[in-house]
Amino acid sequence: MSDTKNFMFLNRRAPYGTIYAWESLEVVLIAAAFEQNVSLMFADDGVYELTKGQDTAGIGMKNFSPTYRTLGDYEVRHMYVDKASLEARGLTADDLVQVEWEDWETEESVDNIVEVVDSEKVAELLAESDVVFSF
Amino acid sequence: MKFSIQVNEGPYQHQASDSAYQFTKAALEKGHECFRVFFYHDGVLNGTRLTTPPQDDRNVVNNWTELAEKYDLDLVVCVAAAQRRGIVDDGEAERNGKDATNIAPRFRISGLGQLVEAAIQSERLVVFGD
Repeated sequence: MSDTKNFMFLNRRAPYGTIYAWESLEVVLIAAAFEQNVSLMFADDGVYELTKGQDTAGIGMKNFSPTYRTLGDYEVRHMYVDKASLEARGLTADDLVQVEWEDWETEESVDNIVEVVDSEKVAELLAESDVVFSF
Repeated sequence: MKFSIQVNEGPYQHQASDSAYQFTKAALEKGHECFRVFFYHDGVLNGTRLTTPPQDDRNVVNNWTELAEKYDLDLVVCVAAAQRRGIVDDGEAERNGKDATNIAPRFRISGLGQLVEAAIQSERLVVFGD
């Protein structure tokens, strides 16, 4: 199985309240292990998945948000955030975690692969993907 | 065309499994191929044989089993999602010390790699859910 496809994970749900975000992350990690080109898109309430300083102590849920920060180590190269969704919730890029990425072979690195994009770009990126997983 | 199907919701609460079933059945009847049906999130609940709907209602689980028998479909239930929700086959019962199994005929429990493989191998992955 040598095929490499462009996988886009479209995350539309808040991190807690339902299990979609958490179980989506599990698929992301497996897809990366299959050496696919993995990108993530956060839209609608999905933008909350990347917010800084999540504290789940009061709701008795595991705080899985630190995992997002490790995605660069799993060779996830792009994490896009829909600008309109962010703005509609009174958030800015400063409210979101930063995710570093480094290519171990070439030592090329990017300080933060989280990128806020406009709706036109969102549509373009989804259209360019071979597979869109929607969670 | 070669399809794979992902079902993200359980039976009855949500129409996703019914829609996925209708879509898969129609595609197969038209001569298309279905590489795999993968059940994720609460979708794993489509794989219990203990489901007993009222007699005048459709049996979502049996529908899948019968379709799989007719077309030799590969019905895969995600193991991690199944463990959380109590879907158990012989292997899982033994590994986790459970006193019963409930996996429906023609379903099998396996890993998320099966979903990723289905996405790679198929021309279209069609996701049913919210």
